[in-house]
This record gives sequence, structure tokens and C-alpha cells, in this order.
Amino acid sequence: MVSTPNGFDLDNTGKRIVVDPVTRIEGHMRCEVNVDEQGVIRNAVSTGTMWRGLEVILKGRDPRDAWAFTERICGVCTGTHALTSVRAVEDALGIQIPDNANSIRNIMQLNLQIHDHIVHFYHLHALDWVNPVNALKADPKATSELQQMVSPSHPLSSPGYFRDVQNRLKKFVESGQLGLFKNGYWDNPAYKLPPEADLMATTHYLEALDLQKEVVKVHTIFGGKNPHPNWLVGGVPCPINVDGVGGVGAINMERLNMVESIINKCIEFNKNVYVPDVIAIGGFYKNWLYGGGLSSKACLAYGDIPENANDFSAEQLHLPRGAIINGDLSTVYDVDPRDPEQVQEFVDHSWYEYGEPGKGLHPWDGETSPKFELGPNAKGTRTNIKELDEGAKYSWIKAPRWKGHAMEVGPLARYIVGYAKGHEEITDQVNGLLRTMDLPVDALFSTLGRTAARALESEYCGRLQKHFFDKLVTNIKNGDSSTANVEKWDPSTWPAEAKGVGMTEAPRGALGHWIKIKDGRIENYQCVVPTTWNGSPRDAAGNIGAFEASLLNTPMERPEEPVEILRTLHSFDPCLACSTHVMSPDGDELTTVKVR
Amino acid sequence: MTNTEGQIETFYDVMRRQGITRRSFMKYCSLTAAALGLSPSFVPKIAHAMETKPRTPVIWVHGLECTCCSESFIRSAHPLAKDVVLSMISLDYDDTLMAAAGHAAEAAFEETIEKYKGNYILAVEGNPPLNEDGMFCITGGKPFVEKLKHAAKDAKAIISWGACASYGCVQAAKPNPTQATPVHKVITDKPIIKVPGCPPIAEVMTGVITYMLTFDRLPELDRQGRPAMFYSQRIHDKCYRRPHFDAGQFVETWDDENARKGYCLYKMGCKGPTTYNACSTVRWNEGVSFPIQSGHGCIGCSEDGFWDQGSFYDRVTDLTQFGVEANADKVGLAAAGVVGAGVAAHAAISALKTAQRKVQDNKKKEEA
Repeated sequence: MVSTPNGFDLDNTGKRIVVDPVTRIEGHMRCEVNVDEQGVIRNAVSTGTMWRGLEVILKGRDPRDAWAFTERICGVCTGTHALTSVRAVEDALGIQIPDNANSIRNIMQLNLQIHDHIVHFYHLHALDWVNPVNALKADPKATSELQQMVSPSHPLSSPGYFRDVQNRLKKFVESGQLGLFKNGYWDNPAYKLPPEADLMATTHYLEALDLQKEVVKVHTIFGGKNPHPNWLVGGVPCPINVDGVGGVGAINMERLNMVESIINKCIEFNKNVYVPDVIAIGGFYKNWLYGGGLSSKACLAYGDIPENANDFSAEQLHLPRGAIINGDLSTVYDVDPRDPEQVQEFVDHSWYEYGEPGKGLHPWDGETSPKFELGPNAKGTRTNIKELDEGAKYSWIKAPRWKGHAMEVGPLARYIVGYAKGHEEITDQVNGLLRTMDLPVDALFSTLGRTAARALESEYCGRLQKHFFDKLVTNIKNGDSSTANVEKWDPSTWPAEAKGVGMTEAPRGALGHWIKIKDGRIENYQCVVPTTWNGSPRDAAGNIGAFEASLLNTPMERPEEPVEILRTLHSFDPCLACSTHVMSPDGDELTTVKVR
Repeated sequence: MTNTEGQIETFYDVMRRQGITRRSFMKYCSLTAAALGLSPSFVPKIAHAMETKPRTPVIWVHGLECTCCSESFIRSAHPLAKDVVLSMISLDYDDTLMAAAGHAAEAAFEETIEKYKGNYILAVEGNPPLNEDGMFCITGGKPFVEKLKHAAKDAKAIISWGACASYGCVQAAKPNPTQATPVHKVITDKPIIKVPGCPPIAEVMTGVITYMLTFDRLPELDRQGRPAMFYSQRIHDKCYRRPHFDAGQFVETWDDENARKGYCLYKMGCKGPTTYNACSTVRWNEGVSFPIQSGHGCIGCSEDGFWDQGSFYDRVTDLTQFGVEANADKVGLAAAGVVGAGVAAHAAISALKTAQRKVQDNKKKEEA
């Protein structure tokens, strides 16, 4: 038994269980746990199993192009890296964006939050709680009654509607070709929903699949496509023309109307389906309050959605900024991404080396030299790993720390920071939810708390989207159609050297890009992303990261079926392609090439 | 798709079993025809194909990638992603969406390969890195490239989704630190359909799958292995802003008067003249827009090595690549000066371009 400095007891003597691949996430991930004789998780090891080296690739490129490269870090949270990147470049070069560009960027970022949260809940997370096979036993009439009770204003609630979906599902299951549901853990007692709730939620899985393709059209209008819309250093690429010649090729009244109608669809879905589903499903799992991990101890949020263009002061951000450490919710620290003592990355247990143990580096000075090696206690071989040795290096993810603390980031961290700061909307939402579900505030610190915070945030983001749409229209009405500031577009106007930082709240949490520019080119580029925080391996002091902490002390119904592990890991919405990006500042050749 | 497996049912069977009426089925067939750009006379042919063809198992694997291809796929409007997954294919393995994980997921993978040997489609999103013994992308404790080769061995055909699988994409941009390698350089003994783009357009993705199910054959591919129906013309060829290009009307800086009038983005670095894709015709997200329509130039994301062709804001100047368009400035001057002369010049240049394209095609043939 080992006690970690951040307050967790680890015991790796019990049976080792390996989950690889962890599915229904973005990217590639492995998880190993030890369970005791009662099947309770007593040790957890999370491993990022991919590395793409994107920041190595950025070196020497035009900073105005960086958004497109970094956007390809992730196609799920598409756009958020691009926004972070243009902010970093604008910060470095002192570029002020127009008000309309701020509103449009906010609408796009909020739109992503909503899209990502909905897709996460229904298509990546729901199957941890919802059993589509059990839905076959449901009575459509009772399902209809349940739907009308849970969400009286949702128009799709007739018994016939649910019967049709059930029939389709039934034929699908009876075909024997279960497709995506194949080999699921459908007879595991961890699934607690009555058949009617399973049918309702499975139906919404399909409704959400139809809806999400509508939601993203906001990106298509302003950015030309989704996934991976286009962005611009200095503003946004889409011009506004509501009066003159050629308005059909710009943001005009028709385009604005379309944006507004989609914003309303988002608001409706959150209100009628998403939030009620989370409350209804959560209600059946109220006794399953595991998975809190770091959330009650250490949370970090950079904040986002500036009310006014170019003003990133904490009080002007709609999504809160702040850090909580040592479980003390009475003090929320401010966060300064430029302070070399605050955000640092460590690699003692990551497949990189710094040359000296226990060394932490601020992202502006970040460096990376990959070093893939397994520890002495690992089982298997270098290319056929059976068990990892967490005492040594064991992940492609670095370990970022805030003032030395492992931190949780994401919707729950944002909501805990917001709640602790007395953020009005967030406090109202959280109190309302707890009252509805008859739960104490401590219930927030759990897997379900994470899942609920995401739903509440989606609802809040829907309202904010509307706010910025109104703001955009008002501004246009007042005669301002500007969308880009091109004063410093030409690199000849730039200083010889500059450095900047861009921050956003990505759907999965605090995201930062640090850039150094020299002679018009990228000299160094470093991303510290949400899943790097949450999925971080141990550090030299032995602190464990958020994924690992959250799995501890969770009982498993059947240790060989990882339903509970998936439940809690998915509650973070892991994004592994995001988490593993680092840059070698000297651009050294990283490894020798072996073509197989 | 030979119906060697008795248990594989036809498309039509599946749809009927799922309570879809004959009438809806025919409507579906005509929508499919429309999606594929076929005339109504093809509808009975599609219907016949669907009544007799099996529902095909698909294994969808992920290497180094960003999952934008999966995200694009689920945006498909015709057919809807849910209909593809529930009624058209049997998506038996896809680590991004499947319920099972770990051993149970691996078992589903092996069972599908075993049960449908030679009859499943392998869809690949992302690519294998070859450096570090392949361990820059690990799945099930092993290098992804092993999984890819294993799944490819008994596949009927392979679809390389997106720029990653087709060409390498961003992780293969210089200096390609992980030695990320496109699928066709690792798998050389199978038919491979490249569907490039970062990501590809949703309806292009489902269009390719539907084509294979409907016509029981691979789509016609160009020399690079891309479906000719979607990738044989440049974005520039069908761009609605083309008349502004021809008239010499260009955006000069972001958000200038010309930008607001929807002029051509050539001078802002648009790669439409050198990019083969369906963006200006099919467009994105149910035809809502495409990059040029929303004010930003095309960045060329469906072209091989588009990350290493200079800045996205550099003007295209590669004459051998695309011919007349490099003369846009001259065309512009002519148009602004003497209209008649401009038109004459344009006609002459068009003839020239035709000749030049022939030369280029011959050159490509030689290279191929």
C-alpha cells in the first residue's frame, strides 16, 4: 500500500485487469487496474497510447497557418484548437479583433460545446448507463408516459413513436448482426434502468444523431465546413453584407436567420431532451456516486467566452477562470498562464526525457525527446505489452501540474470553480439540479456529477449562444460590419521576436497554446490540452492524475467486464489525439526511421 | 458481393424486416440515385440491387488521426448515418462508437474477420506510424500497423478515409516525426479506394459506401485511386465565384469591399485551382456552404502533401499544375482595361488551357 501526496491509497497486489482499447473515446487509450478480493479498484494506471508530434511539425511554419495544423489535433472538438491558436498568435503580435469577430467566434465555440456535449452523452457515454437490448422489453405506452412525465414539452412522445423505434431495434437485434452493440455487457447487473427508460434513451440516441448534424451548420455558415471550419488571425474569414451588392456570398439576413434557427434548436433539445434525460437516468443511479477522484480536491479552469473583444480579464468571461487546490473551495486562485511557476509539465513517467529527473518545464520552454521504454516490472515485450509498469515510464501523455498539483479540468471543474466563485447562472443551475434530484452538494464530486455538469453547461451555452447572436445583430444594426483587423496581417509589420499564449475552455477542459515567433516563423509551439491534465500519468512525487484518481475505490460488479471503468473514464470524455502533442525546441531528429 | 454466407441477408430483407414499406423503399432508392447524381432511370436498377445484395460487414479501424472522418460520417444527411449503421451495413467493429471495450472489443474484431473472411470491407481512418517499431500508435498492447495488416488480409476491399489514410495528412507533414505512412504503402495486395479530404464530405463518404452496396463493384477510380465521380474536377472548375475570377475581380485584403461582394479569393491564397474535390458542387453539411462561400480560400485538404505546399495564404503560382489560372492578374488587367480584348484573351487562354491539360495528363500517365 502506497499513499500518494495528493491523498490517495494505492494497492497493486490484487488481480490486474487490462482494458485496451478503451473504446468510445477519441484516440487510443489503455487502462490497467488492480482489484481486491471484493472486486474493488485499488490501483489505476491510465496510458495514452498514441503520439503524432504535431508541434514538431509546426516549427518553422507561418504562424498564420498554425490554426489549421492545430485544428487537426482533434476532429471531435473541432475548431477549439484553431481558436486557441489564433488567440495565441494575436496575443504575441498584439492584434485586436473586431467586436463582430468576437461574437462570431463565441457563437462557434459555444456551438462546439453544445455539439460535443450532446454527441458525447448520447453516442460515447450513454451505453455505459443505457442497455439498448433491455429496451426490447419495454411497453411503448409506459415509455410514452415516462417521456411525458420526464419532459412534458418534448413533441416526440407518442406510444406509436416508441413502438416504431422498438420495432426497428427488435429487427436489428434479431438479425444477429448487432454491429456496434456486439459483445456489449448487456446482462451485467451494473445496468439499472427499467426497460422503458432504456427505450426512451435509446430513442434519443437516434434523435441526437439526427440533431447533431444540424447543430454544426453554424460552423458551416461562418467557417465553410464542419468538421474543421476555417479561422483567421485577426478576426473571422466570413464578411458581413446585409445590404449591398453581392450579399449572397456573405453573412446576410438568410444566413443570420439560419444561425438563429439552429441556436433555437439547440436550446430546445437541451431543454426537452438532454437535461431531462440526464436527470431521469441519473435518478436510477443515485446510489452510484463513485468516481469523484480529484474533483473535490483540485480543479482548474482558464475561463472563456469573453463578453467584449480582446478582454480576457476573469470577470469578463462567461465561463469561469480559477484554480482550487487542497480541497479548499473557499479560496479560488487566479491563473496566470505566463507565470513560469504555475503551469509546468513533467515527464518522469512519460515516454519522453528531459535529462534530469523531477524537472518541470513551462510550455514556452517546453521540450520533448521521445523515449519509449518499458519498466522492469512490465510484462510482455516492447511490441506486445501485457502489463505496464507504472513505477517507470508508461504513457505518451506528459504530466502537467499547476503549482505542482495534479488538476482535474472539464465541465465539472468549470462548474465547481464557478460554484465556488458564486457565478450566478452556474450556482442557480447546480442548486436547481441538486434540489430536483434531492442530492447534497457533495454528490457533485462523482462520475455522475461530471456527466450532469456537462448537460447543465450545454444548456448554459445555448443561452450564451443566443446572447452573442443578439449582440452580433445589434452591432450590425448599429452600422458595424467589420469582421477582420488586417493591420498586422503582413509579417513585415511584426517584431523580430514575440511570444504569446492563447487559452480557451475546450469541451473537455482548459486548453492552452503557447507560441514563440522569430523572424516571422514559429520558433516553438506547445499545447497543453485537457486530456493531458486529466489523463496525466504519475509525476516524480507520486501524485496521480484525474483519470487514475477517479477509478479508485469503485466496486465492479464483474471485474472481467469493465462497465464501471468505462463509465468513469467516459465521464471525462477523453480525447487522446489531443493529449499527446509536444515539440522539440531544437528540432532534433527524434528517432531513427525503421520501415517495416 | 457474392452471397457465400447464407446468414447475410439482402438489403431489402433488412429494410422490410425493419418495417419499411415497399413504397418507402422505392423512395429511398430514388434518393440514393439522386445522391449519386444518377438519372431516375437508375432507380429500378438500384432497387433490384438492394433486393438481392447482402448486408455487408464493415470493420472500421483507427490509426494516427483526429477522428474528423468519423465526425464527418455521422453528419451525413442522405442517407442518414443512423440508416447506414442500422440498415445498410453491419458496423461490426469501430472503436470510436462500439459498446464493447478491451477483450470484448478485440473478440468482436477477430470474430468478424473469421466469420466474414473475404466478404467484409475494411475502412481505415488514420494511418500507421512506422517509427519506434510502430509503438507511436498502440492498440491492444501492440503496434497499430499489425492490426491493420491483420484486418486487411481477409478484407474484400479497403476504404482509406480522409487525408490521413490516403496520403498521411498532418502527422506526415515535414518532418513526419513518427513516420506516419498512408495505407497503400503498407497494404499493397488489396483494392484500395482513397476518399481524401480533411475530412471528406459526409455525403461523399456515404456515397462511396452506397455505391459499392448498390452496384456490387468498386467505384471508378482515377489514377490516384480516388472515386472519379467525386474527385475528377477541381473546386475552381465549378466554383460559383469563378465568374469573378474570369472578370478579374479579386478580394485584395480580408473583409474589404470585394470580400463583402463575394469576389474571387485567388489572391488570398485559395487553392481551389489545384484541388480536386466536390466542395463547390456537393458542398458541406447538407449543402449549407463550403469554405470559399464562407469567405476563406480553399486550403487544398484533399490533395497529397497539402501541408507542405507553402502557406495557405500564398498565391498559387504553380503553372504546370493548373495552367491558365496563374495568369489571373493579367486576365484581371485585361478585363479592367478593354472588355472586348479581355473576352478575346479569355477565349484564347481557354484553348491554351485545354492543350496544356492534355500535356499534363500525358505527363501524369508517364509518371503513373
